[in-house]
Amino acid sequence: MKLFAGLATGLIFGAGLAASGMTDTAKVIGFLDVFGDWDSDLLFVMGSAVLTAAVGFQYILRKEKPLFALKFSLPSKTEIDKKLISGAVLFGTGWGLYGYCPGPAIAALGYLSPVTAVFVISMIAGMAMAGRIR
Amino acid sequence: MINFPVWAVAGGVLIGLSAVLLMWLIGRIAGISGIVWGAIAGEPGDKLWRLLFLAGLIAGALAFHSLTGRSVPVVNDNYPLAIIAGLLVGFGVKLGSGCTSGHGVCGMSRLSPRSFAATAVFMVFGIATVAVFNMLTGGSA
Repeated sequence: MKLFAGLATGLIFGAGLAASGMTDTAKVIGFLDVFGDWDSDLLFVMGSAVLTAAVGFQYILRKEKPLFALKFSLPSKTEIDKKLISGAVLFGTGWGLYGYCPGPAIAALGYLSPVTAVFVISMIAGMAMAGRIR
Repeated sequence: MINFPVWAVAGGVLIGLSAVLLMWLIGRIAGISGIVWGAIAGEPGDKLWRLLFLAGLIAGALAFHSLTGRSVPVVNDNYPLAIIAGLLVGFGVKLGSGCTSGHGVCGMSRLSPRSFAATAVFMVFGIATVAVFNMLTGGSA
């Protein structure tokens, strides 16, 4: 069931990324280009995704446990620390440079452009480096 | 200029729906950076669903294009830029415990202060990076 849940939600998420335009780096850059020729579309992606999730989580997180797991695995940290902020600074910079964040980069692998694979490999290397300093 | 983008809203709803389903079914956060890292370095019994999620991500995107006939996006063939950006994104999301999906969608919709802070910071730096990049290279890339 865990495997089915993973595959099914992955499919929906991937279709959502492709539909939204998030897998198009030029569109993402256009969204971040608020001082230039701003493309507001992706604001609607974020808005509708957050609204949908907020409504859904309202109901679901009131339940005692998930359907096919013993508990909800939610992050327990509440402190806004240096790691969180410096991580977000680096991520935002990389996102603005090329236009991929992790989900769209993975989803776009299926388009079979070598440069996307190079991005994903670099991203995993970056994760491994950060994993080491912990 | 703001016009109403149907595909953007439809895509966002699908993303939100996926996050809700994953939480409802197996109690996990649909944060892609966490799922990627867990698929590589996580506990052995907890890897396969993540790999299937990532496979679904790829298949779902392809299915969208083939079902709707909407063309696949053109990529930017600047390899050095892709490598530098990839390293920054990977390092940053691991250090900051999340990306656009984990902090931006799942975290903000649960009203997590950490996620609001992270999202504000990566948005500001994404916007600033594009502004500086355009200034240095002269116009929109």
